Amino acid sequence: MNWHAVAAIFTYEMKRFFRTMGQSLVSPVISTVLYFVVFGAAIGSRIEEIDGVSYGAFIVPGLIMLSLLTQSVSNASFGIYFPRFSGTIYEFLAAPISATEMVLGFVGAAAAKSLLIGIVILATSAFFVPLSIAHPVWMVVFMLLTAFTFSLLGFIIGLWADGFEKLQIIPLLIITPLTFLGGSFYSINLLPPFWKSVSMFNPVVYLVSGFRWSFNEVADVSVGLSLAITCLFLLLCLATIGWMFRTGYRLKT
Amino acid sequence: MMQPIVSVQNLSKTYASGLVALDGVSLDIARGEILALLGPNGAGKTTLISIICGIVTKSAGTVLVGGHDSVTDFRAARALIGLVPQELHLSIFETVWDTVSFSRQLYGRKTDAAYIETLLRMLSLWDKRNAKIMTLSGGMKRRVLIAKALSHQPQILFLDEPTAGVDVGLRKEMWSVIRSLKATGVTVILTTHYIDEAEEMADRVGVIDKGRLILVEEKATLMQKLGQKKLSLHLARPVNDIPASLKAYGLHLSPDGSVLTYVHGSGAPRDIILRLLKDAESAKLDVHDISTEQSSLEDIFMGLVAK
Ligand SMILES: Nc1ncnc2c1ncn2[C@@H]1O[C@H](COP(=O)(O)OP(=O)(O)O)[C@@H](O)[C@H]1O
Ligand SMILES: [Mg+2]
Repeated sequence: MNWHAVAAIFTYEMKRFFRTMGQSLVSPVISTVLYFVVFGAAIGSRIEEIDGVSYGAFIVPGLIMLSLLTQSVSNASFGIYFPRFSGTIYEFLAAPISATEMVLGFVGAAAAKSLLIGIVILATSAFFVPLSIAHPVWMVVFMLLTAFTFSLLGFIIGLWADGFEKLQIIPLLIITPLTFLGGSFYSINLLPPFWKSVSMFNPVVYLVSGFRWSFNEVADVSVGLSLAITCLFLLLCLATIGWMFRTGYRLKT
Repeated sequence: MMQPIVSVQNLSKTYASGLVALDGVSLDIARGEILALLGPNGAGKTTLISIICGIVTKSAGTVLVGGHDSVTDFRAARALIGLVPQELHLSIFETVWDTVSFSRQLYGRKTDAAYIETLLRMLSLWDKRNAKIMTLSGGMKRRVLIAKALSHQPQILFLDEPTAGVDVGLRKEMWSVIRSLKATGVTVILTTHYIDEAEEMADRVGVIDKGRLILVEEKATLMQKLGQKKLSLHLARPVNDIPASLKAYGLHLSPDGSVLTYVHGSGAPRDIILRLLKDAESAKLDVHDISTEQSSLEDIFMGLVAK
């Protein structure tokens, strides 16, 4: 393993994050505050508890998931797209770096950034609602799995995109709707049966459900199923990236 | 040749568009030489270099670098190579020092401040070490690319059109950088479509056209083999006709009758000039001066590509 290269890529990517740290951290904090004001205070005061949990506390895992998913995808897709766009990718291709090392560097950094943001949001939430985390280890496991899986997805998008529009379109058209419709702010058990069945095809439902269970032991689907679906998605992303590197897809002509 | 440091066998490349960019190229590169790959735009120079360096996939053939297969043993092969691309691809927000250190780490090497200092000094970049790349001139950016390519102390340096579109002063400067690299034992492969550059820099010249390597030759041999030499006899007393005793040489007489020229290739007998001079003396020609001219690589190249 060329660990120097992994560390170099990781550090390089993190440097970009810290250079604009204000921007990187302030905006998720502000949007979290807004969500709490709108959903938690304004609407939440009208909503009874969901599954025995106050509405404010109920949406915390959903908010963190929303950020993890969107940040992971956008960080990772931009991280690999930009060198392709600017031409500096030549250096990564010519260096003695394997696909695994390149993915570790880029995806690892993207996941680390979104995890940092997730933690900041968790801390911000603590100012608004009393937090209780029933299974801290599982909470960390779900956060890690989600950050890595969606950073891998972002990496795939960054390799696939051949313009800045495409880079934005997947998060905008797919990730955000799936997250909002995935029970981030409500329990899918509240939906009519038809829509509930449709929701079961949304992978985000399983992520949010498992993650929420680690907070307050309330889940829409069983934790084992959540974990299994998340891991399945992770493997799918890994396999896709493996195929992309083997064929040189969008990397080598 | 000793064991070549780079050995390319029957290398072919067909791009997805169906375009055949390389067609069965075989080439051995000797340790420590400067090889110039000469060819018009679109000949396949960048494609050849890119395959050796691992940026473009090959369609057929093999590439060995220091005896290591460039695909199956890519780590060992690439560790020996530094690449300066044709375009100025750089992360413009970074400083010179950071970007050069970064390159070294990509090659699995620990940072080495002393070596990078030496490198930056050699390339006259030391004063600019903390400058952001976007503030540098084109010539400096090119030197930053060279510094990045040399950051891991490679044995082989590929320079893809190092002087394309730069002014004369910068070209001279680039040439002196390349010479000092050769002096440190680095093997240099440069591509160019400037013939004078190949003539100036190279130990050997390879000519590529339409994806085929038409020839690879020691520069001197190439000149000797294909170069035409022209010998002119300047006469103090002009003549009206070429003397009958000199007819066999196929001389050309200038209109004013004062210059006789003799054009010969490398196929001519060794003592031909001496014989010509003796015969000229016997014919009572009053030769007061002689001059010789040699055809340039440019003439040779034009002759080859036209075929
Ligand atoms: N990625 C690519 N896809 C399709 N054709 C390409 C690609 N890169 C280069 N070519 C074509 O291959 C030929 C050789 O190009 P190149 O190796 O860049 O030549 P040179 O460096 O000698 O100018 C040209 O006709 C060029 O248009
Ligand atoms: Mg080229």
